[in-house]
Amino acid sequence: MAFFPHLLLATLEGLVTSAVLALTALGLSLVFGVMRIVNVAHGEFFMLGAVLAWAITTAVGGHPALGFAAALVLAPLIVGFIAWISERLVLRRLDYNPEATIVATIGLLYIIQQLALTFYGPEARPVTPPFNVRIQLPWFGYSGYKLSIIAASALLLLATWLVLTRTRIGLVMRATQYDRETAQAFGIPVGRVYGAVFALGAMLAAIAAVLIVPIQQAHYLMGLDPLLLSFIVVIIGGLGSLRGTVIAALLIGVSDGIISVFFSPTLAKIIATLVVAMVLVFRPQGLFGTATK
Amino acid sequence: MNAALTISGLDCFYGEVQVLHGLDLELRKGEVLCLLGRNGAGKTTTLKAIMGLVPARAGSIRLGERVLTELPAHEVPKAGVAYVPQGRRLFAELTVAENIEIGLMTRKRGKAVRDSVLDLFPLLRDRLKQRSGTLSGGEQQMLAMARALCVEPEVLLLDEPTEGLMPSMIANIRETVARLRERDVSTILVEQRVDAVLPVADRVAFIENGRNRETVDVGRLREDPGMVRRYVGVG
Ligand SMILES: Nc1ncnc2c1ncn2[C@@H]1O[C@H](COP(=O)(O)OP(=O)(O)OP(=O)(O)O)[C@@H](O)[C@H]1O
Ligand SMILES: [Mg+2]
Repeated sequence: MAFFPHLLLATLEGLVTSAVLALTALGLSLVFGVMRIVNVAHGEFFMLGAVLAWAITTAVGGHPALGFAAALVLAPLIVGFIAWISERLVLRRLDYNPEATIVATIGLLYIIQQLALTFYGPEARPVTPPFNVRIQLPWFGYSGYKLSIIAASALLLLATWLVLTRTRIGLVMRATQYDRETAQAFGIPVGRVYGAVFALGAMLAAIAAVLIVPIQQAHYLMGLDPLLLSFIVVIIGGLGSLRGTVIAALLIGVSDGIISVFFSPTLAKIIATLVVAMVLVFRPQGLFGTATK
Repeated sequence: MNAALTISGLDCFYGEVQVLHGLDLELRKGEVLCLLGRNGAGKTTTLKAIMGLVPARAGSIRLGERVLTELPAHEVPKAGVAYVPQGRRLFAELTVAENIEIGLMTRKRGKAVRDSVLDLFPLLRDRLKQRSGTLSGGEQQMLAMARALCVEPEVLLLDEPTEGLMPSMIANIRETVARLRERDVSTILVEQRVDAVLPVADRVAFIENGRNRETVDVGRLREDPGMVRRYVGVG
């Protein structure tokens, strides 16, 4: 293949990675931004989304699109509910203490992982894509499903942005993020906001997983990579900044795609890690974050 | 019932450190009660306790028939108490309009309230889209007052509202407090400077080491200026 088509292919693959990464990282970033909690179990909510997608599509049967649509709605709802329960039962009782919640979410990570191993098993299982269309470009054919992942992610990111900036619920979340105590003094039920934000963060990871599972397979250990990559994205983009999260996800995803295709996947990881180190040294608040008070 | 708000035997702690020691305080309906006391005496803590932001380990705070100390913090403004915190504590990243909308969170029909509050502070009307962190000090204090008045409070808590303001702004704030008293709002006003409160206050409570030493009518204070020196150390 000539250089340009090769580059285009690498970029498209990178965009698919970016799309899923942006959603997952946004969930992590929201939880940290509003609640000041580092959720180490975030990747497990991603894994649960994928595993549930497999379970739901298997149970529904019939045309793949039917089961997939059910998974796209149900899996995030179930994961959101599980996250909400964990927030009530664990994080709230720790009074959201930053160190204690890190330890607690590490515990949550292992509990979810072991439950998945027990009930789902150690196999990697595929989910059939909802449709099989190849889009024929002048140089090569490309999976229509992969393109639809990019579109779906873009839509969801836009919707999240609209909710955050244009609605009353978004205003309540931002006020809680900036000053929890004053928000309470004006009638904002901060405890309920925290529960909702934690659930929403987990749901974003679950949706990302449902979108990716038809091209990646569900496995009980699949949560680690998205967790690490989300941390990288959030550090580069700046915590709590939606714009920064999206731009950093694009940067990481596309450069990962291109470097992996032209050189090697290992080099892509090395460079991403180096970038993080540079950002931590020269701009600890992230490229788009504002210095914290 | 002549009391708008009654605090009795209030104990508050930060961690293991006790800051309020059996504090008693009564705010009468429609009065302006001023809290005076040295730095660290516990004035801000008293207001935070009323808002439910610092838990009461012992004692109670009543608003008419309701026991505020039994409510979660976010229910306190719904019960009719509004708060202008020390240092204003605006949501600096949010616009003026958004700060006001947060003040209206407890109100179902906010439009009329919003208009009447903005009538009190017409200057804010021209700045609705501006980020509140970029307002001048005086404008920020107006916004903090406006945000609190959106709660339509029966009881208003003001923590050093004149801190760092120039004299004309101080007069402006004082005028607003006086106007609210005419509308039967009961106010607790924390101040450092006695001369700033004498014209508006009905009574003064001297707070020392987390206790209310004495509550006196402003008239008494005018007759005996030495009193202020005894409790606050300046006069
Ligand atoms: N968050 C906190 N954690 C620990 N101690 C605190 C905290 N806030 C206040 N304190 C302590 O509680 C005591 C009372 O503080 P408070 O803010 O109520 O005083 P104040 O009368 O408002 O003083 P000022 O006139 O300086 O505003 C002080 O000794 C202060 O150091
Ligand atoms: Mg104070």
